[in-house]
Formats: sequence, structure tokens, C-alpha cells
Amino acid sequence: MRSAIVSRPLDPAALLAEVSNISNGAAILFVGTVRNVNAGRAVTGIDYAAYLPMAERELAAIVAEAAQRFHTDDIVVEHRLGYLALLEASVAIAVAHPHRAAAYDASRYIIEALKRRVPIWKREEYVDGTREWVEGGEGERSERGAESGKS
Amino acid sequence: MTVTALLFASYADALGMESVRLSLPTGATVSDALERLRALPGGDRLPPAPLVAINLSYVRTDSTLTAGDELAVIPPVAGG
Repeated sequence: MRSAIVSRPLDPAALLAEVSNISNGAAILFVGTVRNVNAGRAVTGIDYAAYLPMAERELAAIVAEAAQRFHTDDIVVEHRLGYLALLEASVAIAVAHPHRAAAYDASRYIIEALKRRVPIWKREEYVDGTREWVEGGEGERSERGAESGKS
Repeated sequence: MTVTALLFASYADALGMESVRLSLPTGATVSDALERLRALPGGDRLPPAPLVAINLSYVRTDSTLTAGDELAVIPPVAGG
């Protein structure tokens, strides 16, 4: 298992390859991307910031919890910081497991815990040129699931 | 004793700084430190009970501070 907070573009396919092995019959890849509308406002991009040492520590703790709870060490999570344009990936979570149910559950556990606990913030930029920090513990903002799996 | 308070995102914007050293009496709690922060220009924009962490771990606001602690005042997180 592995987690990282990075300042370069994510490569979700590489994360999926990293967790895949012959003992796993299921692999889930979740990718959160920058969406063009939030709360009715047209978004052009998002700047991500973090309390880096704590974010790294909290993300690692979440991955370790998921590994223990769902019985797989084949988990890789990366979250990106800095300015991201529309459609760019802010977070990628790859989980592999012998069976699909636990793989789905572990993936969901990680993204929900990340959104609640990891000290990362985003400042949205809008078409009118203004910028605002997004706050309020939104669970479902600016994300879009992309999943690939077999079981 | 002295502790370092860290501010992030909207809280850093509100107070116009990302960190500030606070001199507090021995035995001071997180709440005492927050009271000091609220007295600074822009500090009135901090919420009544923000998320806080000491030395990278979330704590309650009644937690006691120790000299040299790093106290982070954490806006609602919005990762993902």
C-alpha cells in the first residue's frame, strides 16, 4: 500500500497497474476530476492547497485503516496539489482485492474518509475571474467516478 | 511558553498571515490560543469552534498546549 500528495499530474492507469496482481480478481480505480460547474457557478479551474505533513500522515492512516478493514494491501492513493484545469484529476484511488465487493467498499471508504479528514483545501476560479475557497465539508463536490473492474 | 499557530486557506486570508507565534501561560489550552487569535485583526472571522490539530493530530479545543507545540487551525477540509 502507498499514498502520496504530489504536485505533478496524476497517472491513474499507472496506479491501477501498481495494485494489479494475479491474486486479485477485482480492481477499482476511482478518479476525482475538476468539474465545470459548482453550486451553479461556472468553474474554470481549482487551486488545491494542503497542510502537507498532516495531509500525508492522515492519508497514510486512512489507507492503513482500509487495508486492515477490507483485508488487502493492494491500495495506492495519490492526491494532487496546485492549479488544476477542468477535467484534470485531483485524486486517484486504486484498490485491488480477490473479490469485487471488498474492493468497491475499500475505495468508497477511502474517498469518504479523505474528504472528511485530510487537510486539503480548494480555491475555485470562476469564469468572471473571481476566486473563492470552497468550504463546508462537501462530500460530493467536484468529483466524478471512473471505475474499471472485473471480478 | 510559546506555541506556533498555523492558519490555512480562508483563515490565513482572514488574518492575513499563515503563522503566528503566541505567548501563553503554562497550562493554556487550545481555546486560550484561539481566543488570542480572535483578538488579532481579522480574527473575528474565525468560527466559534474550528477544527484544530496539535503536532499533526486532530485534538479537542480543551486540550492542553505544551511549549513548542504547532497548533493548526483547520478550515473545513475540501479535498478530493
